[in-house]
Amino acid sequence: MTAMTLDPRQLGTGGLFAAGRPDLAAHEAAYGRRPSGWTRKELLAELDASGLTGRGGAGFPAWRKLAATGSGRAVVIANGAEGEPASRKDATLLREAPHLVLDGLVTVGEAVGASTLFLYATRDSLASVAQALAERRDRPKVKLVEAPEAFISGEASAVVNALETGVALPRDKALRLGTSGYEGRPTLLHNVETLAHLALVARFGASWFRSAGTAEDPGTRLYSLSGDVPTEWVVEAPGGATVRDVLRLGHAEPSSLAAVLVGGFHGAWVPAEAFDLPLTGRGLARYGATPGAGVLMGLARGRCGLESSAGIVRYLAESSARQCGPCMFGLPAMASVIERIAAGERTPWLASEAERLAGLVTGRGACRHPDGSAKFVHSTLAVFRDEVQAHLSGMCTAHRGWA
Amino acid sequence: MSRRQLELHIDFARCDGRGLCTELLPELLVRDDWGYPVGRGGRDVHVPERLSDAAQDAVDLCPLQALMLRRVTRA
Repeated sequence: MTAMTLDPRQLGTGGLFAAGRPDLAAHEAAYGRRPSGWTRKELLAELDASGLTGRGGAGFPAWRKLAATGSGRAVVIANGAEGEPASRKDATLLREAPHLVLDGLVTVGEAVGASTLFLYATRDSLASVAQALAERRDRPKVKLVEAPEAFISGEASAVVNALETGVALPRDKALRLGTSGYEGRPTLLHNVETLAHLALVARFGASWFRSAGTAEDPGTRLYSLSGDVPTEWVVEAPGGATVRDVLRLGHAEPSSLAAVLVGGFHGAWVPAEAFDLPLTGRGLARYGATPGAGVLMGLARGRCGLESSAGIVRYLAESSARQCGPCMFGLPAMASVIERIAAGERTPWLASEAERLAGLVTGRGACRHPDGSAKFVHSTLAVFRDEVQAHLSGMCTAHRGWA
Repeated sequence: MSRRQLELHIDFARCDGRGLCTELLPELLVRDDWGYPVGRGGRDVHVPERLSDAAQDAVDLCPLQALMLRRVTRA
């Protein structure tokens, strides 16, 4: 392993962007050269000790995916497709720190003896990755594949489908990717932020990673801030940071917000009174929220939560790949009901109908799009419960009655 | 204790809601608002042994080959 040029303790929060520039010289000046020669066993142990979890949404422990990847002509995929309209973190990372992502991809590729490395991202992101690849001394052979700008294009089975056939649609999963993924080969798919963290764990070790964050949520994570905030930001915050901490890091005033949508459109609303809870699955369990892919979308005080939610459910309905009946029909039905509530229709059973439809679509797709959409609807009805009741009796507190 | 169970997997990307399976397996499957099969467990429905023949018929007769019967190990 090569010597470090920067005291890793100085990296801490902000570590992913410590290079300051996307070029190889800045990257190596900040972090030193990529340590090569990690075996699967060693890397697995180091990742396990680090507690690094996936930053793409599902949040699986990174070591577990490595352990589940069968041997043979393995394939590693760096997934930088952000379907979430409110997510910017992966694009920002690929633009500002592409070498860190490539280090992670090459390191994990070496560890599993991969014969093929892919980086899947949208066109703009691929341009900076191509530039970074051209400067690399180790000349890794990374196949760049363009991801369409669509909500479900980053879902794991859609990614594999896109690489095989050029069509970024989810498919039914009878077998695990680790056993039979791309062209039936053992496939390891990680989000690009996960790979960037992995690159740093491989350099500085598990205990360095744990020097930031908490025991439950070690290291740092990227958050994309959007919605009713002064500016859209991508911030890097230590694990265990509260909603309020991250809002402040992103120069948003927490007291101006009524709620924050945590985790993106498949996420859950967290109301203002819970802003002091840590952004972890356990911390936000009451709301069914997890940091997911790190999306925080603010809803200003005085704005109607149901109106905002109706727009999101409609978007989700329109994002169905139209492959699975329950999703293709159920989501538009669900969106219509939420829209009717938001519009102030005085029909008392609308809320229970929305709950019924959400229950009806859950678990009945090739991917988790219906499940995620249903989860968002459950969250909307729970967090804006008072607002729902007000609407069903013909009142919108945000609009102070109907105009 | 883990035990082997028979499970009917529904590939909703193939399923077109023809409804033959719901006629062959009314004990396990009902139809949703749009005619697609609904069973407990979403796309993986536990099949008791006494219904294994009927489940196999549903698999064999599905015009879109959207059903699969498999043994799984459950904790």
